[in-house]
Amino acid sequence: MNSPLKRVAVACFVMFALLMANVTYLGAVQADGLRTDPRNQRSFYARYAVDRGWITADNGKVTLAKSVDTGNRKFRFEREYPEGKPFAHVVGFFAPESSSGIEGAEGRYLDGSHPDLVVRRAIDLVSGKPHKGANVDLTLNAKAQKVAYKDLANTGKRGAVVALNPKTGAVLTMVSVPSYDPNPLAVANKDTVNKAYNKLDADKTNKPLLNRAIGLTYAPGSTFKTVTSAAFLMDDQSRDVNTMVNAPDALPLPDTNISLPNYHGESCGGRASLLSAYTISCNTPFADVAMAMGYDKLKEQAEKFGIGTPLSIPLGVTKSDIGPDEGKAALAMTAIGQRSNQMTPLQMAMVAAGIANRGTVMKPYLVNKITGPDGGEIDTTNPEEMSEAVTPEVAAELTTMMINVVRNGTGRAAGLPNTTVAGKTGTAETAPGKPSHAWFISFAPAEDPKVAVAVFVESGSAGNDATGGAIAAPIAHDVMQAVLGQ
Amino acid sequence: MTAKRRGAQLAMLAFAVVVVMCAYASAGLGIDGAVPAGMLTYGLGLGALMLAAYLVLAKWAPWADPLILPLVTLVNGLGLVMIYRIEQTGQGGASATTQLMWTALGVVMFSATLIVLKDHRALQRLTYTAGFAGLALLLLPLLPFIGKEINGARIWVGIGPFSIQPSEFAKIALVVFFAGYLVAKRDVLALAGRRLLFIDLPRARDLGPVLITWAVSLGVLVMQKDLGSSLLLFGAFIAMLYIATQRTSWVLIGALLFIGGAVLAGQVFSHVEARFDGWLNASSQEMYYRDFGSTFQLMQGLFAIGSGGILGTGLGQGYPREIPLSFSDFIFSATGEELGLTGLMALLMVYALIVQRGLRTAFAARDPFSKLLAGGLSFILAWQVFIIVGGVTRLIPLTGLVTPFMSAGGSALLANWMLIALLVRMSDAARKPPPQAIQDEGLTQVMQR
Repeated sequence: MNSPLKRVAVACFVMFALLMANVTYLGAVQADGLRTDPRNQRSFYARYAVDRGWITADNGKVTLAKSVDTGNRKFRFEREYPEGKPFAHVVGFFAPESSSGIEGAEGRYLDGSHPDLVVRRAIDLVSGKPHKGANVDLTLNAKAQKVAYKDLANTGKRGAVVALNPKTGAVLTMVSVPSYDPNPLAVANKDTVNKAYNKLDADKTNKPLLNRAIGLTYAPGSTFKTVTSAAFLMDDQSRDVNTMVNAPDALPLPDTNISLPNYHGESCGGRASLLSAYTISCNTPFADVAMAMGYDKLKEQAEKFGIGTPLSIPLGVTKSDIGPDEGKAALAMTAIGQRSNQMTPLQMAMVAAGIANRGTVMKPYLVNKITGPDGGEIDTTNPEEMSEAVTPEVAAELTTMMINVVRNGTGRAAGLPNTTVAGKTGTAETAPGKPSHAWFISFAPAEDPKVAVAVFVESGSAGNDATGGAIAAPIAHDVMQAVLGQ
Repeated sequence: MTAKRRGAQLAMLAFAVVVVMCAYASAGLGIDGAVPAGMLTYGLGLGALMLAAYLVLAKWAPWADPLILPLVTLVNGLGLVMIYRIEQTGQGGASATTQLMWTALGVVMFSATLIVLKDHRALQRLTYTAGFAGLALLLLPLLPFIGKEINGARIWVGIGPFSIQPSEFAKIALVVFFAGYLVAKRDVLALAGRRLLFIDLPRARDLGPVLITWAVSLGVLVMQKDLGSSLLLFGAFIAMLYIATQRTSWVLIGALLFIGGAVLAGQVFSHVEARFDGWLNASSQEMYYRDFGSTFQLMQGLFAIGSGGILGTGLGQGYPREIPLSFSDFIFSATGEELGLTGLMALLMVYALIVQRGLRTAFAARDPFSKLLAGGLSFILAWQVFIIVGGVTRLIPLTGLVTPFMSAGGSALLANWMLIALLVRMSDAARKPPPQAIQDEGLTQVMQR
């Protein structure tokens, strides 16, 4: 009977071999597909098994996002955002199936999966402790951020505020209005979160989830005259603020039968100094000098301010663009920040910051430093120069012009006591009959700049007579005041 | 000359108990960061239990294979740890205490079998009694009042607060019957009848027992909705028939009959068809979400194994609760998540070793009945592991069966410990040195009639 027994033994071992081969196929080959199958809830639970790092501001003094140990086995650590709306767009949210803002961009540090944390992970694995992520400290100035949010929300309009440290590029304020409460989006329940998210997403008019500071571009209006002026001054070293430019009441545009007027048809006297044309924000002189210089020079100057450079701060930034070369008439409009000239509020803050920093634009960044769960430093952002937009001399001329705008021109509302403020207003026409966008860019103190701001209020010029100076400049005033600690 | 190897057996038994205790501690650490409070009592309890089994074995079956008991202890212990671990998730129905109690009873059953059954060949005289008992046990759940239907299968008998699954015991009785019957009839069964194509067909009247078993298997399948048991019994019978007669034709005929019967059943009975469809298209949304015969459980089991990957999450750190009945039919998948591919391979290897020791016993046995019984019991163990593990890993269509020694359930544990006792008894007989010739004492007188 031994020979059939042998065959049966072989059959038994073939069965075991088949089982082992199949288990290997499942556990090694198909594992990834099975692990990531949307019907497999484990990746969902795993998100909550990690004691994610905290997100803070002001060197850890203000907590923006924290993990709370619920003691629940399935969803042990839940995310809370104590500061809520003002910080929502920057901090983002940690949802069951996705994450946004810093929660997303620095996710690998926060959940500890970053290669820099591999040693710590190994220690946690061996000691059997729940896995802890690294903490992310942001460059935001919490006080200025809250002031900016409150002021902007009080206008009842949509808009954004960005404040930078001109010397480092650190983002001190980044606010977008309307905002949302991130807490309901971080609940460990897919259905609840999806419902809350879809509700926010369905508001196509206000788009509360959109970070207007970096996510969308708008016509910058007269604030762009700063870039045009920079190009004009850089084009010829002999020019300065007193150089006389043509300032007709209306400028006929080549190859068209229309002419470009000044704001509200005001007169700038036929000829004016660059300083006075900039101060009262005449349109015709800037259109005229741009047409004389040509598209390429304006484009080149714009690029030196970072316009068109892809940016990750580490949140992705929509590219700003002055638009294509479409002839002189179009260039005239581009020079005064109209037509297809489209900028993010962050980009305009970078223009102000570049001038403030003696012509050098610093790369903007949101993350101050990353510390391990034990407080040990893992990474600190070193300020990086992005480009030299203008020479220090030209920066000084531009600063003089901007100071004059706040002292004697359209930007008086931004003035601070005992501090020299430099700024520029902007009112961008959108469509005929529609309210214009209100802009204000500024920096202070002019002698030793510590903060550069861009304020943008969407359709902010209700009634068509308010300029950027009326609605946007006061917000910049408050933000600068908050940063300077006055 | 074989050695007893009792010392090695004791050392390996201690090792198995230590592995299980470590697994228990690891599960506790994984769940709430602390070694479980009851670890010492639990470990000492299991240790004492296995020491008792060892002493019984050393006294009543001293020549038994030294590996079988430690291997079974390891699987049984890991099953206990998994059930403890699943109980901690709050999944209803999992109780480590109950399972430990059944393990103790299993060891009692093991010892009793060894003590009472001094010579397994006594079973040969009970061939037809065993056959009758097996059929009766199989049909018991169909009786009114005591028969119970749980989770769609009518394979339970309720006695007071306990539910007993008689098919687990029937399986041993029927293997004893098959062995006795085939040893008695193997000469006539091996006679060739007509030749069809290249196969020698057996004589028609010898087909009787195959046809009867086939009919009973399918009858069980149909009436009790127990696909697993029918597949198990039928496969065991065919394998034993083959061992007894060496005729491949029986295997082919048996396989064809079963497939034919199953296809027919598939067309007539919706639950058979549902299992088959679920096997083919387990991952499709339609199968996954359908109300009847959903592949939800199967897919959750596969997700568990996939998520475990190569090394697993570690005991106590997976999500066994995601799989319905993870402590029962799907304990293999739950183990896969926490111990990974590595753990599953080790587990399959332990099963393969138990089967190998059983088959070795069959080879070494000195009489045909022992060979057939040991071969049959070993095969049925391997076959059962294949059916349930193959089912939950989607190698073959899923049919419900317990994972031997691991799944929660008293009947299966008792029956399987009994099965092991029989193997141990036979290995003792096979390895015991034959009585010494006494030539040296001078001339032996040869008597001739």
